[in-house]
Amino acid sequence: MVAALENPAAATETELSVRLLESMVRIRLVEEAIADHYRDQQMRCPVHLSIGQEAASAGVCAALRADDLAMSGHRSHAHYLAKGGDLTAMIAEIYGRVTGCCQGRGGSMHLVDLAAGFVGAVPIVGSTIPIATGLAFADRQLKRDRVTVAFLGEAATEEGVFHESANFASLHHLPIVFVCENNLYSVYSPMEVRQPAHREVFQLAAGHGITAHQGDGNDPLAVHQLMCAATDHARSGRGPVFLELKTYRWREHCGPGFDNHIGYRKEAEYLAWRGRDPIANFEFDLQQSGEFDAVLHAQFKDRVATEIAAAFAAAQRAPYPAGSTLMDHVYSSP
Amino acid sequence: MTSTPRELTYAEAIREGFAIALERDPRVLLMGLGVPDPKGFFGTTIDLQKQFGADRVMDMPCAENGMSGVMLGAALNGLRPVLNHQRLDFALLAMDPICTQAAKWHYMFGGAMKLPVVFRMIIGRGWGQGPQHSQCLHSWFAHIPGLKVVMPTTPHDAKGLLIAAIEDDNPVVFIEHRWLHHIKGEVPAGHYTVPIGPARLARAGSDVTIVAFSYMVLEALEAAQTLSEDGIDAEVIDIRSLRPLDQNLLLSSLRKTGRLVVADTGWSTAGMAAEIIAIASESAFDSLRAAPRRVCFPDCPTPTSPSLSAEFYPRAGHIVAAVRAVLQRPPNDDDLLVPAGVELDKPNPAFTGPF
Repeated sequence: MVAALENPAAATETELSVRLLESMVRIRLVEEAIADHYRDQQMRCPVHLSIGQEAASAGVCAALRADDLAMSGHRSHAHYLAKGGDLTAMIAEIYGRVTGCCQGRGGSMHLVDLAAGFVGAVPIVGSTIPIATGLAFADRQLKRDRVTVAFLGEAATEEGVFHESANFASLHHLPIVFVCENNLYSVYSPMEVRQPAHREVFQLAAGHGITAHQGDGNDPLAVHQLMCAATDHARSGRGPVFLELKTYRWREHCGPGFDNHIGYRKEAEYLAWRGRDPIANFEFDLQQSGEFDAVLHAQFKDRVATEIAAAFAAAQRAPYPAGSTLMDHVYSSP
Repeated sequence: MTSTPRELTYAEAIREGFAIALERDPRVLLMGLGVPDPKGFFGTTIDLQKQFGADRVMDMPCAENGMSGVMLGAALNGLRPVLNHQRLDFALLAMDPICTQAAKWHYMFGGAMKLPVVFRMIIGRGWGQGPQHSQCLHSWFAHIPGLKVVMPTTPHDAKGLLIAAIEDDNPVVFIEHRWLHHIKGEVPAGHYTVPIGPARLARAGSDVTIVAFSYMVLEALEAAQTLSEDGIDAEVIDIRSLRPLDQNLLLSSLRKTGRLVVADTGWSTAGMAAEIIAIASESAFDSLRAAPRRVCFPDCPTPTSPSLSAEFYPRAGHIVAAVRAVLQRPPNDDDLLVPAGVELDKPNPAFTGPF
């Protein structure tokens, strides 16, 4: 399991780089395994894969303390895994099994692992932004020094709740970092039908008086650097930070395949972003700088493959929730 | 806790309930536009900020949707917030956090988290509240599994249900009717709760069951008084909790009376009155001796002009007329007469607006 660094600043550059690479590789291998198994028709829920967008999750979560909190939206596998969410419970949840992180009541779009500080993901775009803001508000009220991360896509900045949350977080200097992965599409709708070309996404946050930056979402070191500064800022009471991270989803909006053939985006655009593969490029950089150990990396990938195979086997073996539990958890009892 | 018999208004009872909840539990937080303002939310929050501080009794941006989500996050992370809306209509901006998030949070995450949050909403009536300050949409919230919905009628129940709602680990929609705020009633001092669920027998009777909600309980009691002068003995049930809904009191009453009139503060179509009649039909069909009747808003938006709103709002006389119908008694044209001096768009003679 890739845990958040206990003390991000203490890691050497090489340790950090290896950690980032491994975090990204693990996310991709999990997502590819989901895509491969999806045809078995045993994962009977929508899946929104993060392949191509791994650097944002890896870089952001490596800058967090283990007790910091995170929330996300429909495309949350990478965020959950990078924050330290339990892989076995996630795969079981996607399989609808009782051993899943929501006991089979949530599926891919409702991941949660409180022990890892991953407080939940929901598929209504933008809806966790104010909830994450509320987590940060409570931490401020209760004088805890945690930081909360709200993962969102660029389309969520079109929702009213983004602006309402940003305004409130700015007003009260809340310890929250809004991490916006701008992957250019909301389902099949491109930026040009949704947002004005002469205004960048991060400027929206700046308009709310929030410290806002734009960065390369496919460069895990750049993301990590931005995020370390952001958590320092938020944790020290100087208020929220907004990071716009430019990236691209490789696969279809929802499901295991590719959808370039249906005509909403151009093959050339897709290929250009494939050329900016966050994993291959980072691995190349590490080779160039002599920080890449091919043997150790191959061993890591073997371990992850074993871990993933075990998670899928456990999910396939696990029972479904009993029909008799249908009415459990509608209300919590004292 | 010893209780001294004394009278408070409904608004004073709410304020006292808040003060006790804030005093007993440092996690309780009041949030809402105007909560600390000089008028104190119709008197229900007067001086609470002075007493408990600006970080526990808070004003907020004009952002009902976002702030509802913020309150959910606060509830997940150690606080017990109450979000206050001066009119229910404003809370409709927050249907996603209330119905799609809060109501499902415990269930969809497999019971991992509790969500102790109260959404407090006030229904307006009269004095030109018009189409958008008067909607009675309690049935919307009562439709949603995972929410609890209460509508107390008496000052006693207002305080007791408010404290119960704040102490509950689930999201509770707490709905007040503006025309109840000045009503006086006996309210015990100190901490007590009224459990969320049981209905209240407001008046015992044997000839007909009148089931009423919120302010309409007062109209139903007035109707029962009028009916008693004609020798008709009406039972009045106050459905102070819409979800969970107490079927036992309703069904036992119907087995006794065999006749049912439901007086709601809202529209009839797909409303709570329909739900009550469905329960009666499914579970007490053999006891019914006449088709039940509903007394609800007419099927149009609430008008503003006093002449139109006088026509719009059902009152005690409409309930009396409905009771006569279910008892197969002849109609009485006097039922709908407005006594001299009564102004139908005011909750009481002392009311002078503005809202």
